[in-house]
Amino acid sequence: MASERTLGASIGGTVAATRRLVRTPGAGPLLVLVPFVVLLALKPILPAAGIVWPATIAVPFIDWINVVVDAFRKHEIFGAFTVKDVTRAIAYGIEWPLDIMEGLLAGGFKSIGIPAIPWVMIAGLAAVFGWWLKGWRLALLAGGCIVYFAIFDKWSLSMVTLSLVLVAAPIAGAVGVALGVVAVKWPPFERALRPILNVMQSLPHFSYLIPVAVFIGVSHRAGAIATILFAIPPMTRLTILGLKGVAEEVREAGRMAGCTHWQMLFKVEIPAARDSLMLGVNQVIMQCLAMVVIASFVGARGLGQDLLLRLQSLRLGQALENGVAVVLMAVMLDRLSRALSEKQPERRPEGPFWRVHPYLVAGAAVIAASIVASQLTPYAQTLPRSATITTAPFWDEVVRVITTTLYDPLEFIRGDLLVHVLIPLRTGFQWMPWIAVAALVGTIGWRLAGPRLAATAAGFVCFIALTGFWERASITAYMVFFALLVCLLVGLPLGIWASRTARRTRFVQLLCDTFQTFPSFIYLIPVIMLFQVGDVAAISAVVLYAWIPIVRYTVFGLRGVPAETIEAAVTAGCTPRQILWKVRMPLAFPEIMLGVNQTIMFGLFMVILAGFIGTKDLGQEIFRALTFADAGKGLVIGLCVAFIGLAVDGLVTEWSTQRRRQLGLA
Amino acid sequence: MAEPILTCSSVWKLFGPKPRSFMGRHGGAPDLAAILEEGYIPAVRDASLDVNAGEILVIMGLSGSGKSTLLRCLARLIEPTAGAIVFEGQDLLKASNRELTQLRRHKMGMVFQHFALLPHRTVLQNVAFPLEVQGIDRRTRENRAREMIQLVGLEGRERYYPRELSGGQQQRVGIARSLAVGPELWFLDEPFSALDPLIRREMQNEFLRLQNMLQKTILFITHDFDEAIRLADRIIIMKDGIIEQSGTATELIENPETDYVREFTKDVARDRLLSVATAMRPAAAGEATHGEVRADSTLADVAPQVIEAERPVAVVDEKGELVGVVDRFRLVDAMYSDRS
Repeated sequence: MASERTLGASIGGTVAATRRLVRTPGAGPLLVLVPFVVLLALKPILPAAGIVWPATIAVPFIDWINVVVDAFRKHEIFGAFTVKDVTRAIAYGIEWPLDIMEGLLAGGFKSIGIPAIPWVMIAGLAAVFGWWLKGWRLALLAGGCIVYFAIFDKWSLSMVTLSLVLVAAPIAGAVGVALGVVAVKWPPFERALRPILNVMQSLPHFSYLIPVAVFIGVSHRAGAIATILFAIPPMTRLTILGLKGVAEEVREAGRMAGCTHWQMLFKVEIPAARDSLMLGVNQVIMQCLAMVVIASFVGARGLGQDLLLRLQSLRLGQALENGVAVVLMAVMLDRLSRALSEKQPERRPEGPFWRVHPYLVAGAAVIAASIVASQLTPYAQTLPRSATITTAPFWDEVVRVITTTLYDPLEFIRGDLLVHVLIPLRTGFQWMPWIAVAALVGTIGWRLAGPRLAATAAGFVCFIALTGFWERASITAYMVFFALLVCLLVGLPLGIWASRTARRTRFVQLLCDTFQTFPSFIYLIPVIMLFQVGDVAAISAVVLYAWIPIVRYTVFGLRGVPAETIEAAVTAGCTPRQILWKVRMPLAFPEIMLGVNQTIMFGLFMVILAGFIGTKDLGQEIFRALTFADAGKGLVIGLCVAFIGLAVDGLVTEWSTQRRRQLGLA
Repeated sequence: MAEPILTCSSVWKLFGPKPRSFMGRHGGAPDLAAILEEGYIPAVRDASLDVNAGEILVIMGLSGSGKSTLLRCLARLIEPTAGAIVFEGQDLLKASNRELTQLRRHKMGMVFQHFALLPHRTVLQNVAFPLEVQGIDRRTRENRAREMIQLVGLEGRERYYPRELSGGQQQRVGIARSLAVGPELWFLDEPFSALDPLIRREMQNEFLRLQNMLQKTILFITHDFDEAIRLADRIIIMKDGIIEQSGTATELIENPETDYVREFTKDVARDRLLSVATAMRPAAAGEATHGEVRADSTLADVAPQVIEAERPVAVVDEKGELVGVVDRFRLVDAMYSDRS
């Protein structure tokens, strides 16, 4: 009796002391680990459900969602047609712009005997467009990419892909802008929209595919719809940002001029938010391209589908050849749309027509010349197969040489790394009870911002545990964690090196920009080539894809340290090393943490994609869900992934904001 | 005295959760302690003023004094919490949105501190913008805009974009735009504060030149007392949302009603502001004088002459008739009397 009371008192005392310590601002930051460590130590006496929530009593989120989805699908409107009919009708609505665009670019319209636009005209117009946007370099790039597609026998595939992007991007852009405008004009809508956008942007690509497959089926147009859905959130976000960024004075100038609401929107606010909106257009296009390969899982045709088929049959050379075409397409569209967003209105020169409108004239000349040329020779209309070059044998050879010469070191990495590092780490992650992880996340949240953040962050962890996917999720977490370590090991020194001079910064930024343009799926090709399948391959893909933000933010943070502060350190007699570690690094650290955060986000996206090459984590489950068109499972797993990301994001962003405020940087 | 064209009486603007009901609870005139205690921010308190036709009324105050908020209430860009604003006999606060739009389209113009030009439009299109939203056809509005551009001395820059212009030039575009509709009431919200001192001076002269030609009714906001003195017919000094004092520059300097106004007017270059008339005394009968000065000259203009003169200097009016005399002691006294 007495001893029980003592025990109770001591536990109560410990809890109270812990609470005091954790909430005291001066207390060492490591104290947030206390509940985590205590729970780890208590693992042997924890109930089994606190370690891994058993699948038998998992909360049946999946069934609930499927019931809703099913009811929704079959729900009859006016007793005449079902929701599924409606969604399919919308999908058919998108079919004809797709057909028209594809007919124009590649197939032609056989029923009315109109051929497609000759490839020389498309190349010429792309070049004129690039010239108008930024000058001859961009003209060369845009025209060159189109010529590449023609010469290297990727014409019809790439034109199908291009037509998909050209149809999906404007629709996604328009919907995104409309949502953004409503959100800005009507705050309750924004409050409702914001968390949805957060989740949508953290959902892995595949989560978008499953509902589309359920409601629309598997087809080219389903791929287009998935692409559109995926590309909407960034446009909405940037519209909100842009419209809110319009200076109050400019708005007032509009009101004082006597604008009506619509005049205000279309003549003042939207044009004044142009930069942000154009950045949104660029984002939309890049999101569309990111989906190019992935959407082929639900039937989108084009380069992506071809790439996927060849990858699945392990024809790596041909897959690489397609990959190069996808990358060129991405680079071309990225540079063009970025130039469009940077283009400022320019004063028109005066003089004769061709001087005032040189680009119109050049465009007309291209059109005329290519019509004439295509009449003279069929080679200008479409290049026959015999006139094209294939690079696949070359790539096959590259693959062969690399895999044979690098066999030993690769085998070493594959084998020893796996056995001695990865498997123990994975075991460690799987060993952690979910309740300890929830406690850790909750304590950090509490210490940073109080009960609300604690509840949200810990809530995310609990959701994952209760779904019964805890073990899968811990494998996902371990792969991202290890990849993050590698990224830090590579990215931090690279970032520090790059921040030393303006030249290096430019170089590294160019490198980052280029790599970031590549659609994520592309990174799987070299990885499969080198490591085939499994954890090592998946982690390599994550590293390849996710090293960018850490470098970018490190450079940005280090270069953002005020010059005066560095001058003060120099005059205080610091050595360069001391300046780095005592001045620049501490000041740049909040920024670097944001980079870590982004790397984790990128990593989560990639690790799910890597489910394609045989991991045992959430990615694999989501692939299964896709195969069986299991919307509930797909969504729940998607949410698990999103919640890992959002938990990390919530904590890191909060910390970084607070820290920057403390340092007087925000 | 001209008729007031804009009258504002007991205007309040409080920021906070429910300012209207708060005002009601406190009988329409809460004291500062109550306002702060309940977490409201008093931007404008009980402000009353008249703007007479054809005058330049300058509202002067430091940042946070509520001057910009008051201006925005008068233009109803911000909804006042309480009070009445009457413009040409019409109660602005009761005007519907449609009426307000019409008023702004035809009777009001406004110039902004940071110019507030539309970056995607050329100079010409910016100036023509208020006419465009009225639905005036292109030829008419562009002709009118060209006139305005010429008026502010920017001819030849019609096709430029704002980013290609200097700050001073951009503000000229802002001025041209605000004048394009031929407003009766012209609001200027710190129009020259974002400019370099030299350009500011130039723009002030430009402003006076325009006003000489156009004779608008003007409400001008500034935080610069020297600017206020240079431009104003009347000055209103605001502090913490309250109008401290209003009057001509001379009145404010000669008779500051509060310590705040005194503090402000202390460092003014009085010699450039005060006229000889404020320093002269009546001439004694048959008093010997040495030279003469005009009564409406500033003290600074005549100082060398008066100080060099061995005897008092005669002061004459515009007709050349003797109105008094001034000597070096009276001059110094008038210039530095507040320093005692």
